[in-house]
Amino acid sequence: MSMKIHIKNGRLIDPKNKIDRIADVYIAAGKVVSISKAPDAFHANREIDAKNLIVCPGLIDLAARLREPGFEYRATLESEMDAAVAGGVTSLVCPPDTDPVLDEPGLVEMLKHRAKSLNQAHVYPLGALTQKLAGKVLTEMAELHDAGCIGFSHADAPLIDTTLLMRAMEYAATFGFTVWLRPQDFFLAQGGVAHDGEVATRLGLAAIPACAETIALSTILYLMRETGARVHICRLSSRDGVELIRQAKAEGLPVTCDISINHAHLCDRDIGYFDANANLMPPLRDQRDRDALRAALSDGAIDALCSDHTPVDEDAKQVPFAEAETGATGLELLLPLTLKWATEQKVPLLDALAKITSEPACILGLSSGHLDIGQTADVCIFDPAAHWRVEAKALKSQGKNTPFLGYEMLGKVRYTLMAGHGVYEG
Amino acid sequence: MKLPDPEQLTQQLAQAIKPRLRSNTVLVGIHTGGAWIAEKVQQQLGGKLPLGTLDISFYRDDFSRIGLHPQVTPSEIPFEVEDAHVILIDDVLHTGRTIRAAMNELYDYGRPAAIELAVLIDRGGRELPIAADIVGARLDLTEDQNIQVTLDPNNKLTLSLHQR
Amino acid sequence: MTPNPQLTDTGALRHLLTIEGLSAKLIHSILDTAESFVSVGEREVKKVPLLRGKSIFNLFFEASTRTRTTFEIAAKRLSADVVNLNVSASSQSKGETLLDTVDNLSAMGADMFVVRHAQSGAAHFIARHVAPHIHVVNAGDGRHAHPTQGLLDMFTIRRFKKDFTQLRVAVVGDVMHSRVARSEIHALTTLGVPEVRVIAPRTLLPKGVESLGVHVFNDMQAGLKDVDVVMMLRLQNERMSGPFLPSAQEYFKYYGLTADKLKLAKPDAIVMHPGPMNRGVEIDSSVADGGQAVILPQVTFGIAVRMAVMSMLAGV
Repeated sequence: MSMKIHIKNGRLIDPKNKIDRIADVYIAAGKVVSISKAPDAFHANREIDAKNLIVCPGLIDLAARLREPGFEYRATLESEMDAAVAGGVTSLVCPPDTDPVLDEPGLVEMLKHRAKSLNQAHVYPLGALTQKLAGKVLTEMAELHDAGCIGFSHADAPLIDTTLLMRAMEYAATFGFTVWLRPQDFFLAQGGVAHDGEVATRLGLAAIPACAETIALSTILYLMRETGARVHICRLSSRDGVELIRQAKAEGLPVTCDISINHAHLCDRDIGYFDANANLMPPLRDQRDRDALRAALSDGAIDALCSDHTPVDEDAKQVPFAEAETGATGLELLLPLTLKWATEQKVPLLDALAKITSEPACILGLSSGHLDIGQTADVCIFDPAAHWRVEAKALKSQGKNTPFLGYEMLGKVRYTLMAGHGVYEG
Repeated sequence: MKLPDPEQLTQQLAQAIKPRLRSNTVLVGIHTGGAWIAEKVQQQLGGKLPLGTLDISFYRDDFSRIGLHPQVTPSEIPFEVEDAHVILIDDVLHTGRTIRAAMNELYDYGRPAAIELAVLIDRGGRELPIAADIVGARLDLTEDQNIQVTLDPNNKLTLSLHQR
Repeated sequence: MTPNPQLTDTGALRHLLTIEGLSAKLIHSILDTAESFVSVGEREVKKVPLLRGKSIFNLFFEASTRTRTTFEIAAKRLSADVVNLNVSASSQSKGETLLDTVDNLSAMGADMFVVRHAQSGAAHFIARHVAPHIHVVNAGDGRHAHPTQGLLDMFTIRRFKKDFTQLRVAVVGDVMHSRVARSEIHALTTLGVPEVRVIAPRTLLPKGVESLGVHVFNDMQAGLKDVDVVMMLRLQNERMSGPFLPSAQEYFKYYGLTADKLKLAKPDAIVMHPGPMNRGVEIDSSVADGGQAVILPQVTFGIAVRMAVMSMLAGV
């Protein structure tokens, strides 16, 4: 694409390079060629007036379920990739819990091929850690890595056999692969749908204590010490979990972690009168947990925010709370909810946007997530002052299931560019 | 308009009822005004006649429009209605709907031999084919006028007329 | 967040889903209305024409003969037409969603649904989806609430003890899994009972139960001392031996209400039980059949209370 693009008058925020100022951006042949100063003999094919808008690296979402292969009745690759770029997301990581599970190189290649043909966001699949995610036999991690997996995950499937978990981590460590794990003790969480606390007690909901997370997390951290594996902890939910991560980092363990946009804002009270859209895993915990997560995101104990995008068929939420399918849609809420957190916690935009650009890039070992000269021009241009209401018709995703339904959001994407090519205009 | 004395009317009612008494006569007053009057009539007739009260809240025909009034005093019929000669007593007879409801309720207690109706005031404006056998006084009121019987702290009945 | 579907804009009761959110004033007005209906039950013709022409559908997803029967009697005494639907779990899993079932029945002219379901929140869920003229009465949803039971229990206490603000009340048994317990606790605290106690082993008490406004006792002797009302809870068969309790025998020895333990309460204390009773597990026969038990009056009052609830809802 030999298009020359001039993004003018925008406020450039590039967290990795600590840039936050009004600066023009010049793009040619899909790459950033200059900041502020126009290159010699640069005649733009396209000018984007970014006055009053923010120009930042395309967002990197560490967890987005695309529902393909296998779950097309919930959502399709097309609709979810549309949602991604509408949300300013130019790279996303998808978990392996598709149908069939991403445990074979052929499936990974097919998914990558399908995604690439849509010419929208980059898709980085996580391979399954065990075959069929059954927790019994390791997958061919090296082959899966060659096919394009950037790490190995057990999604939400239980991994009860501690010996197997240890071996899986050792095997991954052999090749330097990162293992992505959501800490949850299978038995303590069994049958639970809400956080074990005053709200679940009042509502009479089967509950999952916070120690289901901390016990599993302790196990993982000890196995890290044993095996030397690099681990990314997915979707932390408790204040005690945060403390364990803090200690582990202080010790120098190669651990990173993320929280979802839902847990950054909501707590168990948001279940309200049994709102099935608040049926999430891990469950929304209490206010103190939520506040600890928000603070840890500010001080860096938690590295990144992700959407944990999980589109669910409407019928699957139109049932009593505990019967509902778990999860919330989120690709289009990642940006505004990051901005909301930043405003409420008084975090500068530079640091806030890092949580969804440079930090995820670092976790993934990608060279993207910033706008250095010579860098591929994956760009997100958004209006930080634009109001919009979260309702079904405002979302491109087929998943309309979010506990933020009816909320007013601040922050809307106006342009998304992939390698200089416009993939979304709003 | 000069209003009649309700205590005097009550005495007139008792005198008019006296010749109609049978061996199986019972008095039933309709809450709240009719109940006060029935009690006074019973006293004036010797204090021995069986006395009951009816609260017609559950038998009103406007339930679906105005909802349920919580019944503060439940109906009390401490005698057999079956084959009784019931003298139904109310304070003001207007549309006739209260009497219709009272008769329906009475029938849920048993089948009376006969029902006679005695009212303190008949203000006209019937919406049902109901008539009183004994009337204390007839008053001609307009739709926007409302007449009320109350019991003062000295246990004396008073009449008041209100304009809406 | 979804709004509270139980009350109308003006604070009138549109559905009865839970005792939470009801004011003491509203609870007392329900009890007052129930008083009138008690006398209807003592007549020859136990009917009033209030709900004539109305269709009440008993939608029971969880089997229950006694609760369904009392609702049926209550509805018939109001002259309503009653339809009983026992929807077993298997017919639900055959494909028809809960909403489809409710929509179909609404189309058949339902004016009111009395719903019992195994999931907490089911009654709220149905109430959010029915047309504005249809009312929902929660006959028990999972562990969450059984508001008519809570109300009839309060009616019973009011009848025997008169003033809530002078009482010590103990709720004994499996609070963790009990919707009856939750409704009772909400009602007692709302009506101003100064001391509400729960007595149970720790495995049967949910996390943060104190936040409901109760004092926790694990020792039944200490917990029963000087109480005016003992409210026993039923222990489900499946809980008697497993991760919660070792055996019914040990439970009875330490948490069962015997005549001896009852002596620790006030001499005029009343004993209540929502039924059905497990004799020899949570309560000894001598107490269940004894002079302090008001278990049978609870059943009678239950009809009057349900008549009151249904007429108050239908009149909105």
